Amino acid sequence: MTTAETAAREVGRARARKEDARLITGQTNWTDNITLPGLTYVAFVRSPYAHARITGVDLSAAREASGVIAVFSGADFAAEQGSLPCAWPVTEDIVLPDHPAMAVDTVRYAGEIVAAVVARDRYAAADAVELIDVSYEPLEPVLDMEAAVRPDSPKVHEAGNKSYTWTLANGDMDAAFRDAPVVLERTYRQQRLIAEAMEPRAVVCTAVGGEYTMWSSTQIPHILKLMLALVTGIPEQQIRVIAPDVGGGFGSKLQVTAEEVLALLLARKLGRPVKWTESRSEGNVAVHHGRDQIQRIRIAAESDGRLRALDVDLLADMGAYLMLVTPGVPLLGAFMFNAIYKMDAYRFNCTGVFTTKTPTDAYRGAGRPEATYAIEHIMDDLAAELGMDPLEVRELNWIKHEEFPYTTIAGLTYDSGNYEAATAAAKELFRYEELRTEQSARNGDSAQVRLGIGVSTFTEMCGLAPSRVLGSLRYAAGGWENASIRMLPTGKVEVVTGSSAHGQGHETAWSQIVADELGVPFEDIRVLHGDTQVSPRGMDTYGSRSLVVGGTALVVACGKVREKARIIAAGLLEVSPEDLEWADGRWSVRGDPDQGKAIGEIAFAAFAAHDLPDGVEPSLDSDATYDPDNFSFPHGTHLCAVEVDTETGWVQIRSYVAVDDVGVVVNPQIVEGQVHGGIAQGIAQALYEEAAYDSSGNLITTTLADYLVPSAADLPSITTARTTTPSTLNPLGVKGVGEAGTIASTPAVVNAIVDALRPLGVTDVPMPCTPERVWRAIQEARGGAR
Amino acid sequence: MKITVNVDDVRYDDDVEPRLLLVHYLREQAGRTGTPIGCDTSNCGACTVLMNGVSVKSCSVLAVQADGAEITTIQGLGNGTAHPLQDAFHEEHALQCGYCTPGMIMAAVDLLRDNPNPTEQEVRDGLEGNLCRCTGYQNIVRAVLKAAGRAEVTA
Repeated sequence: MTTAETAAREVGRARARKEDARLITGQTNWTDNITLPGLTYVAFVRSPYAHARITGVDLSAAREASGVIAVFSGADFAAEQGSLPCAWPVTEDIVLPDHPAMAVDTVRYAGEIVAAVVARDRYAAADAVELIDVSYEPLEPVLDMEAAVRPDSPKVHEAGNKSYTWTLANGDMDAAFRDAPVVLERTYRQQRLIAEAMEPRAVVCTAVGGEYTMWSSTQIPHILKLMLALVTGIPEQQIRVIAPDVGGGFGSKLQVTAEEVLALLLARKLGRPVKWTESRSEGNVAVHHGRDQIQRIRIAAESDGRLRALDVDLLADMGAYLMLVTPGVPLLGAFMFNAIYKMDAYRFNCTGVFTTKTPTDAYRGAGRPEATYAIEHIMDDLAAELGMDPLEVRELNWIKHEEFPYTTIAGLTYDSGNYEAATAAAKELFRYEELRTEQSARNGDSAQVRLGIGVSTFTEMCGLAPSRVLGSLRYAAGGWENASIRMLPTGKVEVVTGSSAHGQGHETAWSQIVADELGVPFEDIRVLHGDTQVSPRGMDTYGSRSLVVGGTALVVACGKVREKARIIAAGLLEVSPEDLEWADGRWSVRGDPDQGKAIGEIAFAAFAAHDLPDGVEPSLDSDATYDPDNFSFPHGTHLCAVEVDTETGWVQIRSYVAVDDVGVVVNPQIVEGQVHGGIAQGIAQALYEEAAYDSSGNLITTTLADYLVPSAADLPSITTARTTTPSTLNPLGVKGVGEAGTIASTPAVVNAIVDALRPLGVTDVPMPCTPERVWRAIQEARGGAR
Repeated sequence: MKITVNVDDVRYDDDVEPRLLLVHYLREQAGRTGTPIGCDTSNCGACTVLMNGVSVKSCSVLAVQADGAEITTIQGLGNGTAHPLQDAFHEEHALQCGYCTPGMIMAAVDLLRDNPNPTEQEVRDGLEGNLCRCTGYQNIVRAVLKAAGRAEVTA
């Protein structure tokens, strides 16, 4: 075949998604849609106290209620519920308290489960919850991280309120700070956030003949299966976990939850199928929260703006218990505070603190947005201190494109990047210089509405993760991913992936990759995922890993199919395998392209098995597990312009430009969608959202009326563009995109607000930058009332 | 209480508890699970359906209030062929996880019925009662504007 006849590549095409067909027509399979014969409904009684001793649970009235099948308190499960798992004990001496799925004697956050009802329908279950009388002896809540680590603080757990201290250090800090011409020290607050995936969690579980099937709205069916076995002692081979259509996760469904464990135990105890579906207000207290750090950050720099050193001290709120990866989240930031910048010394120190609040864990970006926010904020402060442009001080310090691969002060080796190109593209799209000119013309002392320009030149580590690195960080599992290819006799292909999509579009993107690798039409490929019986090996979806790790596994698996097909084709054509060449889904004889076999013909030959060479197994299927050697490092430059009304504190985003470099793009439409959504969540942290508690430890943002997830009316249109610096670490050249927007956008917005107000003396506005907080920051800077 | 409701052109006569929410009726009695539930305070709009041609959040309507009404859910939209909004959502990548999509599309149907040629800002304001956590709304807005360009956009 000539080049002109070569089929167009699928990778790079903006294919409309395969998964949409069911999602736009309502033919969905959400967990809460599942009905089974004899299905029963679970509802939970949750603690109204942040911290209390349980002195009695009276279940008698509930037991008598119509339609109630069974009622349980924590004491009923004490012997069998084990402890909810933490897979990331980050230090040897970490305090890792027992975490019962249902509290037995003490509750440590408002929302902790204290009793369960199983009833014939959800209304009867909800009614019975009201009939359960739990007596509590309230204990002192522990709500403030800084107070919690003082010796006189009430204790959340017997062993105290410090869970761990983890440190990373490189270079001579003392020398770098000694006589440094510029030293800046800042404290930033990462507020507590709630992921608010649109689908509330739900779980259905059956127990039949000692075998258990669980449907759960989870990002991690494979990890969940393993953990359910470890927690309950049920043999692993007796458990099947299915993640059907899952309505978003953002880290909140990267968890092994009390509700999942209890659904399993309830199904086992009752021998009936059970279903639990949470309400939003239940979820806001019960789904793990995100962020919540106090960041003390110090930099030393030369008088020309060059960085010498960076010193980071974190307090990270663990909440009441350590959940699946709770302690590890700040560590994912430990390698990212230094970001794209070169320096001589770096120290990172993090203390994990217990409080009587909902446990924290991964939320989109997990550790990296926190780090990026702090460094990008203080880089702006440094620029202001020296009277430099924020981009100028960044360019002075960033790794130049010709310096890659580059080993950072935190010890990671960035394979590739081109910060110059992304920044140049962003500046042009944003009309940076024009806006700066407008700003200086407009922002006189008396200007009521001020223009601010925010900069964020970010990178992240994603594609989690090399198993050896995870092991060295004391994470309990690996970071590989599995893929298998089933070549069907008709030439169609089933692709099985161990990643577990919940909105990312794997069915489409994976089809595009396999179409190119095997030369089969996009339409002939079906992608299967999210069921441990269908995809027995997998590490699931989080940390922008699916394409980088799972996509590479696909490429490797396809390579195995091709090689086996070559042997079979050679047998059929009666030539040597070395005489064949591969093009467009066909092995053909070099120099005689008419003599060849298409992959579909070879698949049928493998199925019929009539004419296979001696010793060749009659199957063209393959399986591959890929473990990456390194993380991947997407980067980009985001620029944001805001108008800030100094009289009202109102912030309006006027324009937002995002230039991302996520390496090779499989599907530009999907990538753009990930960037849009990621930026929206980052803007939400900057401007709108906070999980707030009252002084007795009750969450006061339990509904979407109080926890302000932005609507279409609250968000701007975003200008996106890309530069493409392929990753050198995987055959696709891809880097991951799921978290980039969220990591980049929060500092871009807050930097813009501070930039607008800096001439008034404002150096920071605590997030979320609500009109009240912006107004107060202005008043404070003017010397007025706080 | 006895009610008669037409759901997606099928007549149902049912005996329901007075407190039963329309969304639970649709999902659990009429078997129309295409309409999901996203919150319990009528903020998210995931459960939006058309009641007698006008969008309502079906978590905020009692089943008994729908007695005698014509309900259209995402599963009844378009009479067997894709509605232009469904096509536009697909083409413009206006959904990721898809959980908000049924409500978003039904709200958009009503929006375009009220205002067949909306501006971008009018679309943004008109969909304020429907939350999406995946898309940042940009492609949703784009899809609604695209569908508005088609003559046949009516519920």
